[in-house]
Order: sequence, then structure tokens, then C-alpha cells
Amino acid sequence: MHINEILFWFLTALALFSAMMVVFSKNPVHSVLWLIMVFMAITGHYIIMNAQFLAIVNMIVYAGAIMVLFLFVIMFMNLNAESEPQKSKWMKFAAVLSGGSLMLILIAALKDNDGFISSMRGEGSIGLIKNLGKVLFTDYVVPFEISSILFLSAMVGAVVLGKKESSTIVS
Amino acid sequence: MPVIPINYYIFLSLALFTIGIVGVLTRRNAIIIFMCIELMLNAVNVLLVAFSKMHHVAAFATDRATTVGTEAQLFVFFIMVVAAAEVTVGLAIIVMLYRNIHSVDINFLNRLKH
Repeated sequence: MHINEILFWFLTALALFSAMMVVFSKNPVHSVLWLIMVFMAITGHYIIMNAQFLAIVNMIVYAGAIMVLFLFVIMFMNLNAESEPQKSKWMKFAAVLSGGSLMLILIAALKDNDGFISSMRGEGSIGLIKNLGKVLFTDYVVPFEISSILFLSAMVGAVVLGKKESSTIVS
Repeated sequence: MPVIPINYYIFLSLALFTIGIVGVLTRRNAIIIFMCIELMLNAVNVLLVAFSKMHHVAAFATDRATTVGTEAQLFVFFIMVVAAAEVTVGLAIIVMLYRNIHSVDINFLNRLKH
């Protein structure tokens, strides 16, 4: 087996196991840490597929910023008590059954294709910042600016939501 | 030359997506549900990058200087941007909710109906 295939199987197993642990851990803090493991595995997949810029962004933005935000909120609420009420056995069984049937149907619909991914010499420069930045700032400059407006509105929304309402202060 | 079929990536992505769905359906903690939604977004990102790579490999065989497949990676970038904004607002909503009802259990949220 080539090193790429070994890495693929290792990262796949790591991602699937960590994703299971995200769902099944009782403690929310452990869930966040397992989700960071999933993002690390996905970053490894990006590197195998020559998406270097996305790998770094995934690591910094997702595993770095967003997950720290989750961890901060969980610790802020003091939720790490393991007293979360569980759904009933039958609800869990039905959820796993419906998720499994969805996966079965999607696999049955998508299994007939013969594309492949390989890594040849000299290939793999499209994932670098030079190429992506050139396309981003020429062809996709309008979506880029719109996303900055989205960020601004999200920031304002978060501040407005997080602020204590004046009526509750008065009462 | 190592060759990985695109089917493997499709199945990996479907498995991650299904685990996310099962998490949304089974858990009652709003933050865990939110994290499972992030998991589903990432499953889609993996699939987009895999298809971009497949497309690029096919085009690279004929043209050595091709940049086919750049658009999919930019889409993934924009999905990450939208996910970051979504997480900001969603966590703000959860914090506000916790401040009002002192719990993040989604079963207490059915008062939104009334």
C-alpha cells in the first residue's frame, strides 16, 4: 500500500470514530474535544487532496476559533455536569434507524461512478493561496464583499442578542 | 501512482453526514445539536474538495497548466465563512436562551409554539 492510501484509511477511521464519540459522549466538553479531532482528520484529508489553503483555514478557523467559542460557551454555562436528560430508548432506536436508512438510500443512489483521485508529480498547485487568491479577488470579488456584509450583520446580531434587554433590567 | 476511488470519499462523507443527522435526532442538548450541524457542513466540504480534486486530475492529464477545480475550493471557503457567521449568531441565541430558561434542553423550547 502506498503512503497516501495508508493515510486515507487512518484518517477515515479517525474521523468516523471521533464523530461517533461526538454524538455518544455524555459530557459536552468531551464532545467538543472529539469534534476537534474530527476537524484534524478532515484537515489531513484536505492535505492529501492538495487543498493546502483549505487545510490551514480549516485548522485555524474551525478547530481554532469556532471550537474555542463552543468550549467557551459550555464553560460559561457550567454545563459539564453529566445530568443531561436522555431521550427514550425507542426515540434513539428510531433516530438511528432513520439515519441508517438515509445513508443506505444515498449510497445506493451514488455508488455507480468510476471517478478516482490520484496524485501525480507537478500537480497540486490549485490549492495554494496564489491561485485561490487570484480567482477570489477577480471572479468572486462580489461574493467576497457580500460575505463581509454578512459578517458585519452577524456581529451586530450577536451583540444585540447578547445584550441584556433594558426591560428586564427595569423589572 | 496511488489511486483512491471517488466512491471512498463519497462514502466517508455520507457516513459523517449520517452521524450528524443521528446526533441531531438523538441528543437533547442544544449545543450538541449545533455541533452536529457543524459536522454535517464539514461532510459536505470534504465531498466538494474531493470532487474538485477528481475534476482536476482528469483535466491535468491533458493540460499540465490547468486550474480546473479552483471554484469548488472557493465554495468550501465561502461555506466556512457562512458557518462562522452562523456559529456566532447561534451561540448568541443559545446564551440568551440559557439566560431566560436556565437550561439548554430543547424539550423546554416548545413554549415557542404558544
